[in-house]
Amino acid sequence: MALLISFAAGLLFGLGLLVAGMTNPAKISGFLDVTGKWDPSLAFVMAGAIAVGVVAFALARKWTTSALGLPMRLPHNRTPVDARLIGGSLLFGVGWGLAGFCPGPAIVAIGAGYAKAGVFVAAMLLGMGVFELLEHRRAKHHRRHDEVLQ
Amino acid sequence: MTIDWSAFTPWSAAIGGVIIGLAAALLVLVNGRVAGISGIVGGVLRPQAGDFVWRVAFIAGLVLAPAACALFGAVPAATIDAGFPTLVAAGLLVGVGTRYAGGCTSGHGVCGLSRLSPRSLVATLSFMAAGIATVFVLRHAAVT
Repeated sequence: MALLISFAAGLLFGLGLLVAGMTNPAKISGFLDVTGKWDPSLAFVMAGAIAVGVVAFALARKWTTSALGLPMRLPHNRTPVDARLIGGSLLFGVGWGLAGFCPGPAIVAIGAGYAKAGVFVAAMLLGMGVFELLEHRRAKHHRRHDEVLQ
Repeated sequence: MTIDWSAFTPWSAAIGGVIIGLAAALLVLVNGRVAGISGIVGGVLRPQAGDFVWRVAFIAGLVLAPAACALFGAVPAATIDAGFPTLVAAGLLVGVGTRYAGGCTSGHGVCGLSRLSPRSLVATLSFMAAGIATVFVLRHAAVT
């Protein structure tokens, strides 16, 4: 059942992106081009999504388990703002501005048959793989460092 | 700042946004999971027992969305101006960046702001600022 819900949520999410026009990189670039001819559509997409999201996440915060009895996995709001958060977001923003794609719309655009979206997603997966590798190394380094301290 | 009225689609944008919000609501209220796409995809690359198939199911839903859309009407067309090298560079930056940031437009921008998370607000302002600066350089600061 949970799998079916995951699938349905992905499908619905993708349909929302399509209806909103967000799978079209030209609309993303149009939004980011605030000093040129500006297309404010993306702000309306976020407003619509957040209007629903605020209610859903307020409910989720009150529930100890999900409707299917699964654990509520919500991030903590008290995690501090750090360099990883800001640096990562800045890198992401540069990539977003370059191609007009972020992860969701690019994956949906593959389904719509755009080979260029496939190129973007392949590179994105490679980037995520690089992150995993660096994280793995960092964890190993820390472990060794701790052993030295002991 | 001039608004591009020919491109601006407030109604379809807001309706699409509400659908995205409903999708995020479905995933969190029924499955207890945050609809952050970079995190869902990133988790596939770090496979753990019992935490893998739901991610693939969600991604399959995203990929099949255009096919589902085609049942109701025309699938909206996309204009992808970026060439091959730009797409590769952009993909790498988005891949590394979203993982370090712990989220993208969906995880921080939609779900995080809905949760009123200060971290997500900082992330969203950061990637929007970087995106705006990048498009500015591409479109208006090109040396001729």
